[in-house]
Amino acid sequence: MTPQTIQAVVFYALAAILVFSCFIVVFSHSIVHSCFALFFTLLAVAGFYALLGADFLAVTQVVVYVGGILVLLLFGILLTSRTPLILGLASRRTYLFATMAGAVVFAILVVVIHGAWSGASVEPGSQPTIESLGELLLGRYLFPFEFSSLTLLAALIGAAYLVRRSDR
Amino acid sequence: MGLLTWSDGAIGRQVANLSYVENDIMLQIGLTHYLIVGAFLFAMGVIACVARRNAIGILIGIELILNAANLNLVAFSLYVKNLDGQVFAVFVIILAACEAAVALAIIINLFHGYGTIEVDYAAQMKE
Repeated sequence: MTPQTIQAVVFYALAAILVFSCFIVVFSHSIVHSCFALFFTLLAVAGFYALLGADFLAVTQVVVYVGGILVLLLFGILLTSRTPLILGLASRRTYLFATMAGAVVFAILVVVIHGAWSGASVEPGSQPTIESLGELLLGRYLFPFEFSSLTLLAALIGAAYLVRRSDR
Repeated sequence: MGLLTWSDGAIGRQVANLSYVENDIMLQIGLTHYLIVGAFLFAMGVIACVARRNAIGILIGIELILNAANLNLVAFSLYVKNLDGQVFAVFVIILAACEAAVALAIIINLFHGYGTIEVDYAAQMKE
């Protein structure tokens, strides 16, 4: 087994997990099932980052998405449902049209990607990226970085203000 | 006769070359493979956004679309051998966290106001 073959095997395994869990996310009747399937989709994306050698992003994906956003979504589901299972599907016709539109979008994107970058090779980085990413974040991208922390603070204060109990 | 064998050999070599290339596309994971996975995630996100009636389902679709963008950013950052794309991916993750927090606050408000988070009913009740 050459490293290339191993890479291909890992890639196709991750892609299979992603496709399968993605179908559950989009087409499941129960929003809770869809949320749990999203867990595997996000983990597969983190696996793709690791396969590409983006170690920092893989860890960030697991910490922020799986540990943060997914738990937030589950809290949202539990807080907004009287019964734990909400039927979130629209009518069958809407779903049919949406699926057709999605398939058309996917087909167009595949044709464009295949035409524009077919044969372009991408070598996974072999060096840890954390050091250079940190230098970029605190060097060239210092202002966007600080501004994003401000945005995060504003968003959290805004969210807390929105859900406050109104004391009448 | 000599010519025939020569062309025979050339054709054989060409065929061998072709099958090698065919093999290569499946095994050599290139940029297009990652981009197609990203395109799939994006298409599924669009379907979820359009077809779900539940507000949280729509939020999940948006998360899928942001993940697709992130995957493309990381793949391209390795393609051009430049880390800027990964920095952008970090910013996208930060903004996704902000967006999820605010959207869930709005959804909970919607639930307190209308007693449902089905977006169609909420749109009807507004009138």
